[in-house]
Amino acid sequence: MKPRTLFDKIWDAHVVKSIPGGPDVLYIDMHYIHEVTSPQAFEGLRRRGIKVFRPAKTLATADHNIPTIDQHLPVKDEIARNQIDTLGRNTREFGINFFGMQHEHNGIVHVLGPELGCTRPGMTIVCGDSHTSTHGAFGSIAFGIGTSEVEMVLASQCILQYRPAAMRINISGTLKNSVTAKDLIMFIISKLSSGGATGYFVEYAGEAIESLTMEGRMTVCNMSIEMGARGGLIAPDNTTIGYVREKSAKANRTVTAREIEYWSTLRTDPGAVFDKEITFDAAEISPMITFGTNPGMAMPVNGTIPEPPDGEKEAASYLKSLAYMNFSPGMKLEGHKIDYVFLGSCTNGRIEDFRAFASVIKGRKKADTVTALIVPGSKMVEKQIYAEKLDRVFREAGFEIRQPGCSSCLAMNDDKVPPGKYAVSTSNRNFEGRQGPGSRTILASPLTAAAAAITGRITNPSEIIPTNLT
Amino acid sequence: MPGVQFTILESTCVPLPVENIDTDQIIPARYLTATSREGFGEKLFRDWRYKPDGKPDKEFVLNNPGYKGSVLVAGRNFGCGSSREHAVWALYDYGFRAVISSFFADIFKNNALNNGLLPVVIPPDTLEHLFMLVKKDPSMKIRIDLEHQLLEIPKAGLAVRFDINPYKKECLLKGLDDIDYLLSLKGEIETFEKNKAK
Repeated sequence: MKPRTLFDKIWDAHVVKSIPGGPDVLYIDMHYIHEVTSPQAFEGLRRRGIKVFRPAKTLATADHNIPTIDQHLPVKDEIARNQIDTLGRNTREFGINFFGMQHEHNGIVHVLGPELGCTRPGMTIVCGDSHTSTHGAFGSIAFGIGTSEVEMVLASQCILQYRPAAMRINISGTLKNSVTAKDLIMFIISKLSSGGATGYFVEYAGEAIESLTMEGRMTVCNMSIEMGARGGLIAPDNTTIGYVREKSAKANRTVTAREIEYWSTLRTDPGAVFDKEITFDAAEISPMITFGTNPGMAMPVNGTIPEPPDGEKEAASYLKSLAYMNFSPGMKLEGHKIDYVFLGSCTNGRIEDFRAFASVIKGRKKADTVTALIVPGSKMVEKQIYAEKLDRVFREAGFEIRQPGCSSCLAMNDDKVPPGKYAVSTSNRNFEGRQGPGSRTILASPLTAAAAAITGRITNPSEIIPTNLT
Repeated sequence: MPGVQFTILESTCVPLPVENIDTDQIIPARYLTATSREGFGEKLFRDWRYKPDGKPDKEFVLNNPGYKGSVLVAGRNFGCGSSREHAVWALYDYGFRAVISSFFADIFKNNALNNGLLPVVIPPDTLEHLFMLVKKDPSMKIRIDLEHQLLEIPKAGLAVRFDINPYKKECLLKGLDDIDYLLSLKGEIETFEKNKAK
């Protein structure tokens, strides 16, 4: 048999039918939905007079527009409240499990799926959210879809998709101290650019990837979309199986011996061919920050903003980006004053991110000039923060812990960064206005964000962290 | 249920020669709280169209009365970022029926095709040429013929073939709907489920 990639093995196992000259009808094992991209899909079902085909395979949460304070009270914003209530009504009417804002399992859709043992190796997973690629960390095919496609999945548990091209990115060697999974993926995106993986599904491999924890792997796969990839995935190994077993046991979900046997077959065969293959050395990677308005515009924290690219249009777009940030080519950003710090999101809102941030701020004080938004990714992460007494570390350093949600990552709620202000953010997008109209976002790891929160300036975390902590 | 149909479009163009335009610019997140598909056109490119004080920014192309039409011409990697289909609804609701660029982000392209907004991919140098022609003559008309996969600029004597996946082309030409098709496969999907459970 022809050697196959990990991706091909999962895809092939889910093709219900291939349309000659057209897309495949792909069966979906797990469908996550949230309040923002689902209402029009349910409306479509109603117009057609049909039911949800497999309601048990869809799981709903409210995360994008919810407030991160006073979650015991009704949502103040009337339109946001209506959207959440609409999801509540839709899930009741169509028989779908819904973790609303006050539910103990509520959280960001890409945080709660894995922590409840719902995301598993070998699955096909979709959600009306581009960061669905997060779930690829488990060795699954997971990708973001639009609302019309949400309706397809609700109606038939299937989606029409063309098989994307295959790319493998190998990271050899070991990451340096203070260099995290976030820096690793930001480095990759800076090398490939924000559209460099468009049309591809990426497998991440190599020693540095295998050494990552599941949460680190989720951070890497999460940002695959930021270089345009359809998704990213990592072959399941003992780290994966251990994590799925632990989370499933806590959530009273079974893991069968047959499943584990199947998962062990989920790796790329020797000799399988990729359309594109790239290798980087982990030792080359330093703590990273962005300096522009797309995630491809990133450099080491101590780096210098590059000169504009060749080509009139390219240079104009690049300079437009820098002008928005009020930066210029040749500038160094280390030591640049910042105003906000955001810890959270589906990229860096998990317990390990809070531990990392806490390791830097412990025994120190937040800079008075910095406003910090510290937002757990889910109710379960929040609970764990308190169980580990990390809340004390945060409080003593002058930080307040909010309640879970997507929060300032896309600022649909009140957690906005004001016009012209700089935010060092652990989220995934530094687009114009992403954290509020006129806001200026600098993406970074939780360690770099914590260092900035303490000094009030862009700071290389390795210079302020005792190395034994990382 | 019938889908949206697209056959031939003749129109002037609206040029937006910026690269990597993400869906947060097309429709900012704070306007995503609606529960219907309608009315997003008003908020299309909201933060580029209007100044912070709410007044139209005269520099932005949608506020320039010289440029009108149902075809948007944009720089490479159009529609990157968030999967929000609201971006396509906003463009469509505003009156656009096609977007021309040298390449589109994947999810945006699928969303566009699912709503009858035609993404037309042309080579980078042709895109440059088109920007130049539109700048020189904003009243210049172009013609998009889906069946023959041709973008024609009669005035410049230019005709460029564009690619589109054959399945989607058929759906758009005939106004077929994906969900009707998937519903017709119910038996096959159930058989697949049974075999998978074995």
